[in-house]
Amino acid sequence: MSESDDITIEEVRHLALLTRINMTDHEIEEMRDQMSDILASIEVLSEVDTDGIEPTGHSVDVHSVMREDISSDSITLEDALANAPRQEDGFIRVRAVLEE
Amino acid sequence: MSTLDIKGITISVARRLLDDKEISSEELTQAYLDRISNIEGNIHSFVSVTADTAIEQAKAADNMISKGLQGTLTGIPMQLKDNMSTEGIPTTCSSKMLENFVPPYDAHVTAKLKDAGAVLLGKGNLDEFAMGSSTENSAMKVTHNPWDLEKVPGGSSGGPAAAVAASECVFSLGSDTGGSIRQPASLCGVVGMKPTYGLVSRFGLVAFASSLDQIGPITSDVEDSAVVLYNIAGHDQRDSTSLNVEVPDYTQGLDGDLTGLKVGVPIEYFAEGIDQGVETSVRDAIKILADLGAEIIETSLPHSAYALAVYYIIAPSEASANLSRYDGVKYGYSNDDQGSRWQALENTRQIGFGPEVKRRIMLGTYALSSGYYDAYYLKAQKVRTIIRNEFKEAFQNFDVLAMPTAPTTAFDIGGKTDDPIQMYLNDIFTIPANIAGIPAISVSCGVIDGLPVGLQFMAGALQEKKLFRAAYAYQKATNWHTLRASI
Repeated sequence: MSESDDITIEEVRHLALLTRINMTDHEIEEMRDQMSDILASIEVLSEVDTDGIEPTGHSVDVHSVMREDISSDSITLEDALANAPRQEDGFIRVRAVLEE
Repeated sequence: MSTLDIKGITISVARRLLDDKEISSEELTQAYLDRISNIEGNIHSFVSVTADTAIEQAKAADNMISKGLQGTLTGIPMQLKDNMSTEGIPTTCSSKMLENFVPPYDAHVTAKLKDAGAVLLGKGNLDEFAMGSSTENSAMKVTHNPWDLEKVPGGSSGGPAAAVAASECVFSLGSDTGGSIRQPASLCGVVGMKPTYGLVSRFGLVAFASSLDQIGPITSDVEDSAVVLYNIAGHDQRDSTSLNVEVPDYTQGLDGDLTGLKVGVPIEYFAEGIDQGVETSVRDAIKILADLGAEIIETSLPHSAYALAVYYIIAPSEASANLSRYDGVKYGYSNDDQGSRWQALENTRQIGFGPEVKRRIMLGTYALSSGYYDAYYLKAQKVRTIIRNEFKEAFQNFDVLAMPTAPTTAFDIGGKTDDPIQMYLNDIFTIPANIAGIPAISVSCGVIDGLPVGLQFMAGALQEKKLFRAAYAYQKATNWHTLRASI
């Protein structure tokens, strides 16, 4: 995990794009500095020998839980739409996804 | 009824008053609403107060009590951290993103407590999306520590811990991803308990880091903690990680005797950055455990030192995935003023999320991105296995481990907000329990310069009874938990 210690401005810009968070130049710079510090503090993990160790995703051993496929009532359309910022005719209204 | 002094009232005391008809739930609830009106301007522990529904629920509880149908929590006024869904009542996560969000359903814990007849006074303040250790990341308000209004209450469950410490409710629920129940409990001088991962359903808890998040009680004493856990634990098929295990009566066997209990004291939790006064208080507390019959043995958990780094890879990674749902389309804040669909999304997330949330989303996205995944996320998951195994081995030799909850007492409001890493170090002693999925509890064990100190116990998975036994015995032998902030 020591490819490069400091994250670059370009990498932060790319992350802002991936995470869909608009950021000002100042915010990008600040994020670069803070992320670099945090990533440097995480470096200590490279000291730990993990050869042959299996990863842990969850701390309890629960896998692919199944339940009976029984239909039941859910919330109403009205309730499901109640928090939508824009709606029309029982649908959530969004901007055009495909633009020319 | 004469004026009731509700300061420091426990569930067991309130229960007796209600059952003996010395007071009605409506009167008790009104007494809490009055206290909230009087002191909330100084504490700011509530995001919202639901006075009208509280009185309605109290009346319903009085009806149950009059018929002799009450349970342990019927008519007891409580608060819930504002990341637990409450049907028809806003659930904000103290984020601008969910400022106006009204859930169409109850979280599992909300429904359980409603069924038990508990009375909801309102929702507790938190660091935005439970990310933080001081509650200063709340987009709603800054909560003040009742012991010293210039200090933070800890976080992220700072609202719940401050509310219990200030007697604004009898108990509250917090959520704990890296210490968010125990650290604020420590800083506010109350009892905070994180159950075994999977013991309490996460259904309706707004997700932060799903493999670490767990709901638990914040209470005035250990007995109350056991009572509340009993009421919220148990299998729920709506949470795929919910454990299908029997829930024992955790109050059974609380007798104050620790004969034969083996207590491990891991040296790593008395190193790095610990305040001298905190260390002294905790070591004194451990001597008391010995006086009560416990066998105290020093031990070592060398990989606990890596838990913080593991956490700051795993938690942001999971958060980055969980928080991708906030798109301004289905619910939550939406900024659709200008530009394309993508610009609207980017503006929504720019304005809707605060700085710490953005930091974690970006850090997590980085750790999961191709080229870095093996070095960060996979590495962290492997070290997680080592930490988990180390605890498993420890609990073959010990019933519980004892250590400090937090390295310091409450710090100044604004004192650490500019330095994320200093803020993260608050959770250095609490995070290992989340990484390993084991239960842990914090109880008050001293006061330094007017600020409480927390003693933490950890136990093996599903060994909550051992935790309560140790913590109860300590409280029975001491009176730190009876001390209250002067407010």
